[in-house]
Amino acid sequence: MPVPHVREPNPKRLDGIAALKQAARAAGIAVGLFVLLLGVRTEQGPTGALVITTRFGLLAEIVAAVFLLSLARSLVWQRVVADFTRLVPAAVRTAAAGLSHHLARAFVVFALLAPVFFYTNRYLLDLAILIVTYTMLGFGLNIVVGLAGLLDLGYVAFYAVGAYSYALIAQTFGLSFWICLPLAGILAAFAGVLLGFPVLRLRGDYLAIVTLGFGEIIRLILLNWQSLTGGPNGISGIPRPSFFGLPFNSSPDGFAATFGLHYSPTHRIVFLYYVILALALLTNWVTLRLRRLPIGRAWEALREDEIACRALGVNTTNTKLTAFAMGAMFGGLAGAFFATRQGFISPESFTFSESALVLAIVVLGGMGSQLGVAVAATVMLGGFELFREFDQYRMLVFGLAMVAIVIYRPRGLVATRAPSISGRGGNVPAGLGRNARSGGAA
Amino acid sequence: MTATPILAVEHLTMRFGGLLAVSDLSFSASERHITALIGPNGAGKTTLFNCITGFYRPTVGRLSLVHPGGATFLLERLSEFRIAKEARVARTFQNVRLFAGMTLLENLLVAQHNTLMVASGFTVLGLFGARRYARAEAGAVDKARYWLDRVGLADRADDPAGALPYGAQRRLEIARAMCTDPVLLCLDEPAAGLNNRESAELNEFLRAIRSEHGISILLIEHDMGVVMEISDHIVVLDYGVKIADGTPEEVRNDPNVIAAYLGVPNEEIGRIEAEVRS
Amino acid sequence: MEYFVQQLINGITLGSIYGLIAIGYTMVYGIIGMINFAHGDIFMVGAFLALITFLVLVAIGVSAIPLALLLVLLVSMALTALYGWTVERIAYRPLRHSFRLAPLISAIGMSIVLQNFVQVAQGARVKPLPPLVQGGYTLLKGNDFAVRLSNIQIIVVVTTFILMACFSYLVARTKLGRNMRACEQDLKMAALVGIDVNRTISLTFVIGAALAAVAGLMFLLYYGVVDFFIGFLAGVKAFTAAVLGGIGSLPGAMIGGILIGLVETMWSAYFSIEYKDVAAFAILITVLIFLPTGILGRPEVEKV
Repeated sequence: MPVPHVREPNPKRLDGIAALKQAARAAGIAVGLFVLLLGVRTEQGPTGALVITTRFGLLAEIVAAVFLLSLARSLVWQRVVADFTRLVPAAVRTAAAGLSHHLARAFVVFALLAPVFFYTNRYLLDLAILIVTYTMLGFGLNIVVGLAGLLDLGYVAFYAVGAYSYALIAQTFGLSFWICLPLAGILAAFAGVLLGFPVLRLRGDYLAIVTLGFGEIIRLILLNWQSLTGGPNGISGIPRPSFFGLPFNSSPDGFAATFGLHYSPTHRIVFLYYVILALALLTNWVTLRLRRLPIGRAWEALREDEIACRALGVNTTNTKLTAFAMGAMFGGLAGAFFATRQGFISPESFTFSESALVLAIVVLGGMGSQLGVAVAATVMLGGFELFREFDQYRMLVFGLAMVAIVIYRPRGLVATRAPSISGRGGNVPAGLGRNARSGGAA
Repeated sequence: MTATPILAVEHLTMRFGGLLAVSDLSFSASERHITALIGPNGAGKTTLFNCITGFYRPTVGRLSLVHPGGATFLLERLSEFRIAKEARVARTFQNVRLFAGMTLLENLLVAQHNTLMVASGFTVLGLFGARRYARAEAGAVDKARYWLDRVGLADRADDPAGALPYGAQRRLEIARAMCTDPVLLCLDEPAAGLNNRESAELNEFLRAIRSEHGISILLIEHDMGVVMEISDHIVVLDYGVKIADGTPEEVRNDPNVIAAYLGVPNEEIGRIEAEVRS
Repeated sequence: MEYFVQQLINGITLGSIYGLIAIGYTMVYGIIGMINFAHGDIFMVGAFLALITFLVLVAIGVSAIPLALLLVLLVSMALTALYGWTVERIAYRPLRHSFRLAPLISAIGMSIVLQNFVQVAQGARVKPLPPLVQGGYTLLKGNDFAVRLSNIQIIVVVTTFILMACFSYLVARTKLGRNMRACEQDLKMAALVGIDVNRTISLTFVIGAALAAVAGLMFLLYYGVVDFFIGFLAGVKAFTAAVLGGIGSLPGAMIGGILIGLVETMWSAYFSIEYKDVAAFAILITVLIFLPTGILGRPEVEKV
């Protein structure tokens, strides 16, 4: 008996009519989604009551865009992507993968020399400091999320603890930057253990929500405990860093005078840049070393399968607490730096958006990859700055990017994991980040 | 072989809400013996394992483990990682639980976590490159390579564990368990999915490690070829209750066991049930 | 005493709103085991849609309040459900077989998208609405305080009650409800016995979103003001309610909601209003740590 020929629906390659139908469907959904929220705009009128205006032109444009995008996706994109992968020969791809080691080295060199390139551009120097600060935060969160697999949505709490500790200690005791900094780090680590304790038995999603809760609680406490933290006004007049005792001013015993340079406010900025760069490189070095030590392997094993860890005699409680503490410490150090750099801190700088941003950097960078974190921080913060005029749309794009990356490139920008030890004698050579081994199994 | 008991299970009962998974179970496993736990699915075997290895806390009962040196551990009171670490009971899982993203070598190094942690001065010494740690790590790698070699996976030491075929994954799990230097090795269906040749190799392997390393083995298995061939002692469970306990010969011919596996004519059910419950 | 009764009434009203949102969280968690981080923002979208629909209706001349409210309810439920459906399709369905944290990260991304979309589309300022439902009853008269039960409060609680009843019926007696329960138990098996798993999951999101829309409308009517940020806080509190009541349990979500509403109201009334959100977070953390299965939840035994 002849079997009726059934045409298999192929979701990727649609012919013209099917593509049109799907595009029309997408456009219809777009109309439903956007007709009220986009098509109608509410504003407060002269009497304070809301007044509406229609923006059907804008609505039509957006719906049309959705229609065309859907069409493009069905007809063109899949073909383009498929052909592209075929065209790029395998050799090129594996070579590109091996490049990451050298890329990491190049990155560090560039970072070290950046102030030289940008010396006259205060704006870029500030941006560089910002990027390196977030890279360090990314490194810290990477330990918790990327290595140990503990989804912390309240990482900003440690950033805040570090910043406020530094500010309060520096102001109250007048100690130098180099003493207050490690103290702030230790306090943050302590906070990490405190916050880590209650969440030890929680799984994935619950852990995320609880850490989110902690982050918010810390922020609310900072906001409301006026006597300690200054409340919404924050703490100002935080002592600025000095060059090992030499203040950065134009006085005769200032930095400039001592080294026979003409005074410039840029000196302090460059110094700050190198301080944060040193901190970030330290964080990176420590993380890479820890990865090769039993604790680092235990973190990664924890991420892979916690039950198996326990069955092997690993004290998962201590392992998790250590991850929290380390991550918190680095976050706290970054926070202390932030406090001294700004001279002023307030709870506004420590909202959930910060946690989300650092998490995005870690995820986009490829969980566990140091180089990826650095690249992601640069791309995201650089991108933010580039699109400064589109301020309102930045976060929107950011959110979309997060969704897109986790769907299309879940392993982030840097995709492979280098083992922490090789069975073929000797360790896998260290670099700043990943050295992807070409082709996989040797 | 003198039969010194190593593990004594006394009146173990495990209840989950209304479900009685294991009921008043008592048996003992001897040192350097291979003790098998068999029974139809749902009989409570893995539950028993989980009680022994600390993943479940028994509702009632005592689980005492006596090391050859004399040290005694009450397993019903210890948490899983302490049972693994202090009482030196290692286990494998019914659904293989490897660290899939990590290499074979790394998997085996995680098994030696506690020794290495001490050697690295709880990380501090290791962070600064102390030689003591480097030596300890080299020793650990050697041990790992030894076990990889024993299970025939030495050439794949740097491959991610998730890339191994199923049979190799099971062997790796056993190798990983052995890296913890256990006194009692609990294997949950090690022969599942293996063909006859592989089962025979497994038998060889288990006998070898038993005699070379002096460990005791507790084994859950459905493959009667394996069970009858290598066990010194078999305990049969059905619906959480022990229905037979003895040598392979005894168990093979026990009518209760045959009834549990093959069923009995309806008339006999009442009699069998009464026997089982008494 | 009268003050206490008033707070009781206020707390139950607020709690009903939280309960409606909590149902969305609990259903989604029950069926696919993920916390829909963006659900709070779906509630916010529902509130905005209600607001805009109402303004449009007024502009085109429909001024009879009951009729307007009914239309607003229907329109906002339908469109918010569409949002719920879309979010699931584009942000969660592709990740169903991805690594553990993927859907959560995607959900955070969607939450950010929704918040900022509304902020960009409608502006960051708060949107006030004059009270549409006025009047009420004075229940008790004490020496210096009169306990008032306003009409809007009655509407909120009654609507919630009716919806709960309908929804419980749906889950217990209809085919869709059965499919949902089957998917909750074992997704793969449900697919194997012929249940359209994708459709069931989509419908779960749709219903959750529709209920959140009702909550949004109630919120709008009760408080008279909305802004793009109400989703975040309401979301966390509603999630707390879902967990407190036992995640996966519908009556639990409602009970949890009422409890949270009461706690929040009492805390603000008797302790400090600034720290009321801290109270909610603290409850969340406490419940998750000490009573993770919640009041009505089933204990989850982890299969080793």
